[in-house]
Amino acid sequence: MNELLKVTDLHASIGDKEILKGINLTVNRGEVHAIMGPNGSGKSTLSAVLAGNPTFTVTGGSATFHGIDLLDLAPEDRSHEGLFLSFQYPVEIPGVSMVNFMRAAVNAKRKYFNQPPMPATEFLKLMREKRAIVELDNKLASRSVNEGFSGGEKKRNEIFQMAVLEPCLSILDETDSGLDIDALRVVAEGVNKLKTPDNATIVITHYQRLLDYIKPDVVHILYKGRIVYTGGPELALELEEKGYDWIKNQVDKEAE
Amino acid sequence: MGALKQYIDLYMSQREAIDAGSADVMNTLRPVALKALEGRELPDRGVEGFEKTSIDEMFAPDYGMNIGRLALPCDVAAAFKCGVPNVSSLLAVVVNDRFVPTATLLKNVPAGVRVMSLADAARQYPDEVARHYGSAASLESAGTALNTLLAQDGIYIHVDRNIKVERPIQIVTLTSTPVPMLTTRRILIVAEEGASLSVLTCDHSMSRDTAALTSQVVEIIAGERSRIDLCDIEETHDTQSRYNQTYVIQHAESNVAIGGMTLQNGTTRNEYRVNIAGRGCECHLGGMAIGSGHQHIDNSSDVKHCAPHSTSHQLFKYVLDDESHGAFEGSIEVTPEAPFTEAYQSDRNILASRGARMHTKPQLLIYNDDVKCSHGATTGQLDDKALFYMQSRGIPRDEARMMLMQAFMAEVVDTVRVEAVRDRLRHLVERRLAGYEAHCSDCKA
Ligand SMILES: Nc1ncnc2c1ncn2[C@@H]1O[C@H](COP(=O)(O)OP(=O)(O)OP(=O)(O)O)[C@@H](O)[C@H]1O
Ligand SMILES: [Mg+2]
Repeated sequence: MNELLKVTDLHASIGDKEILKGINLTVNRGEVHAIMGPNGSGKSTLSAVLAGNPTFTVTGGSATFHGIDLLDLAPEDRSHEGLFLSFQYPVEIPGVSMVNFMRAAVNAKRKYFNQPPMPATEFLKLMREKRAIVELDNKLASRSVNEGFSGGEKKRNEIFQMAVLEPCLSILDETDSGLDIDALRVVAEGVNKLKTPDNATIVITHYQRLLDYIKPDVVHILYKGRIVYTGGPELALELEEKGYDWIKNQVDKEAE
Repeated sequence: MGALKQYIDLYMSQREAIDAGSADVMNTLRPVALKALEGRELPDRGVEGFEKTSIDEMFAPDYGMNIGRLALPCDVAAAFKCGVPNVSSLLAVVVNDRFVPTATLLKNVPAGVRVMSLADAARQYPDEVARHYGSAASLESAGTALNTLLAQDGIYIHVDRNIKVERPIQIVTLTSTPVPMLTTRRILIVAEEGASLSVLTCDHSMSRDTAALTSQVVEIIAGERSRIDLCDIEETHDTQSRYNQTYVIQHAESNVAIGGMTLQNGTTRNEYRVNIAGRGCECHLGGMAIGSGHQHIDNSSDVKHCAPHSTSHQLFKYVLDDESHGAFEGSIEVTPEAPFTEAYQSDRNILASRGARMHTKPQLLIYNDDVKCSHGATTGQLDDKALFYMQSRGIPRDEARMMLMQAFMAEVVDTVRVEAVRDRLRHLVERRLAGYEAHCSDCKA
């Protein structure tokens, strides 16, 4: 089966404010999807809901992830099943070292699949290998999770974690923001290195420059909690040129 | 109200037996303590300084006392497993108030150092003990006066001038009783001029099914230029109550670090009263409380600066789960005689469940202009954003919670200056937060 994620008429709210108002999205293995859209339209909310953030309440619809009911799983189990979210704003966790954090993550996944904890030497080797993919400084690995990391370092750290966990579906929420030009290339190349015919990536971004590196197969526009337009890679270029007004006008007019 | 009376009555009827089981130096203070208790009550909940804990209630049950000093059955050997790696040779066990040295302790105690039964010390070195016994503890506290009235024995640690004890001295205190009982224990730690030592006390209970109460008064006398570290770890049971009062006198340029760590308990009240009597002192007070179930943990601190150019640091942290309750009342007092004081106090707490409660009351009493002082208290929850972030990486929620609690407590663990003790404490905290029941025999390397 080629279908990896199927989201059908997904609604989600925070308090009594509805933010996702019927999302439909199908992602197949091997594909890269880009989700674009104006600020506040619900892109991060969609990624948070898929990852299981309890801040949001799902009020309708479904999400199937390689055949299983995604919305029924605890966030940690979604991770074990192969979902990864690169956060728009990675969280600082003072006092929890990167090493302990990653060891806990790796071994939790192994436990989920009835495997024994990873031997220490193997784990350290894994860390070294994966750090190299995004050229993450060894010094950062010995610090507390994201604590005092620069914006760019945090984003590199997200992709490092993705490399370690080897997800089949990665959602990258504005992983390009805060990255300088060199870092953008390193991070994007890292993502490309991790690409296989079996996994898929959803890239949330405002800018074409990331899509120059990570080439999307499908581009969606999310606006006011709905995917209002879907096209090929050329759509991103068109948005770069024309902005969102034309699509906003069109949608808002239809609503009248 | 009125719990005190039964103990006074007991004393009146048993005074000869009490004296007979103790030593003159200790017996001499009993009438003084009795006088101090005239017209007094043990503090009840809500009394100033006792907002959340009733000492009266703690002492209200009709506890027996082992005045005849029968050797109660106790698997002392089991307690010996409570070894801090590489430093266990200076180990003693105290069963209730009875001091049990180990063979290696007797062999390894360095010259100029006494680690022994307080009553024995009072008999063998009466002048030395009389100089210090009761010199720091205040009979104005009804709890301390009662302890002084009833205490027959305990621990005496004395280090001569300029002697530096390299290894930590570890004392395992055990409550062991087949029937509900009050243990009255006294600890006296003296570092003469220029001496240094480190003490680890591990407080355990061997009688988890029997309600028991411990009244413990600790006196610490830090001579000029001395250095004292004391780390006190309580790992008892929900059936146990403990009223622990620690009094410290710091003479000039002394350096004292005290850690009070409550990992497992029933009802505990710890008081720390530090008197900085000499100039140029350093004082560190660290406290940790990990509560679950119905644990009740109350810490009260008072650091009083009475001489110039001294610094004090207080850090207390609580993590309270389930229905556990915590209380912290802490004060810094700077007298007019103490210019150029630096004094800091911080109390930070996490409520990990809806049923947990924390009461906190920091206080500054400053009667001097040339001081740097700060205090702060915060009570919050575990960081939801961090929890979700960890879960999204596959770390199960419970494990993520535990990791965050450990991270929170790391700061208090780090206040312990003796590496071997610090490492052991870190291990115990990890185990405790992981939900393992703390037990002495787990405390093995
Ligand atoms: N925790 C929250 N509490 C209240 N409202 C929220 C919360 N999180 C998101 N929202 C609201 O939901 C809407 C969608 O926010 P979301 O972060 O999903 O947008 P976005 O498309 O990712 O925007 P951006 O491009 O700026 O990242 C916004 O109106 C936002 O204010
Ligand atoms: Mg966003």
